[in-house]
Amino acid sequence: MLTKGSDVAAEGGKIDPMHQFTVEPLFGTMNWHFPFTNSALWMVITLVCLWGFMLGGMKRELVPGRWQAAVEGVTGFINGMIATNVGPEGKRFVPLVFTLFMFILLSNILGLLPIGITGAHPFTSTSHFTVTGVLALLAFGTVLVVGFARHGFHFFSLFIPSGTPKLMIPLMFVIELISFMVRPFSLALRLFVAMTAGHILLKVLAGFIINSSGAGLGWGILVGGPSFILMVGISALELLVCVIQAYVFALLTSLYLNDAVNLH
Amino acid sequence: MDPVAAKLLGAGLAAIGVGLAALGVGNVFAAFLSGALRNPSAADGQQGRLFIGFAAAELLGLLAFVIAMVLVYAV
Repeated sequence: MLTKGSDVAAEGGKIDPMHQFTVEPLFGTMNWHFPFTNSALWMVITLVCLWGFMLGGMKRELVPGRWQAAVEGVTGFINGMIATNVGPEGKRFVPLVFTLFMFILLSNILGLLPIGITGAHPFTSTSHFTVTGVLALLAFGTVLVVGFARHGFHFFSLFIPSGTPKLMIPLMFVIELISFMVRPFSLALRLFVAMTAGHILLKVLAGFIINSSGAGLGWGILVGGPSFILMVGISALELLVCVIQAYVFALLTSLYLNDAVNLH
Repeated sequence: MDPVAAKLLGAGLAAIGVGLAALGVGNVFAAFLSGALRNPSAADGQQGRLFIGFAAAELLGLLAFVIAMVLVYAV
C-alpha cells in the first residue's frame, strides 16, 4: 500500500485513501458480462493458498509433521467450536464453518501483504460489502433451510422466548423477528467495515509519511518518523483484527446454526 | 452553514461514537479479566461469550464509522 500511496501522491500531493478499494478489470473493460477483476484475482489466490495449505497437510500420518499438525490445529479448533456451541448434531456443519473461517482469514491476511506489484497490488476482497454480503447470506440461508427442514413451522417458536406472558407475545415476536432478520446485515457489515477501516487508517498514515517527507527532511523526521512507527504498530493490530474478525464470523455462524438445530 | 462544512463536522462528530465503542470494548475485556482472575478454571469455557460481547460492542463503533464514511464520500 505504500507504493500505492506514492503513486497517488506523485499525481497531485493529495492522498485518496479510498482509491485502494477500486474494483477494476485486469484486462478488457468493465462492460463485459464477466470481467476478471482484481477482486476476483485475489479470491482465486486465496483459494489456491487454501487448497495448497489443506492438500499439503492432509496426509493422515500417524505421527504428524509440522504441516499436518498445523492443519489439524485449525480443523480441531473449528471442530471444538462447533461441538461446544451446537453439540454433537452440529458435526455436519463443520465443513461449512471451516470453509467460511479459512476463506475470510486468508483473504484478510493476503490483503495486508506489503508488496506492490504494478497492476496486481494486494486487494482485500473482504473489504467489499458484496463479497461479505454473499458470505453472510450463505450462512443465514443455511440457518433458514436447516431450521425449516428440521422443525417446519415450529421454527417460529424461536421468536417467542419460553415463559413470555401472553400479553407480551405480539411485541416480543416483532422484536425477535427484527433481531433475527438483522443478523445477515450485522454479520456482513462487521467484517466489511473492520477491513475497510483498517486499510483506510494505514493509507492515511502512509499519506502522512509521504507528504511530510516531500516537504523536507526536517518535516520527514518530525512527522514521518512517528507516523512510520505508528504504522508498524497498527499493521500488527490489523493482523490481530484479521484473525478476530474471521473468528467472530465463524463463531456467530455456529451460534445461529445452534438456534436452527436446537431451537433454544 | 456551508453544506460541505456541515457534513465534515458531522463526520467528525461520528468519531465520538467510535471512541465510545472503544470504551465498550475495553469494558468487555476488563470485566472478563476481573472475572477470569477470580475463577481461572471457568475462564476458558467463557471465551466464546467474551468474543460475542466484543463483536456486539465493536459493531456499534463500526456503525459510527460507516456514518462518517457515508457523510464524507456518499452524501
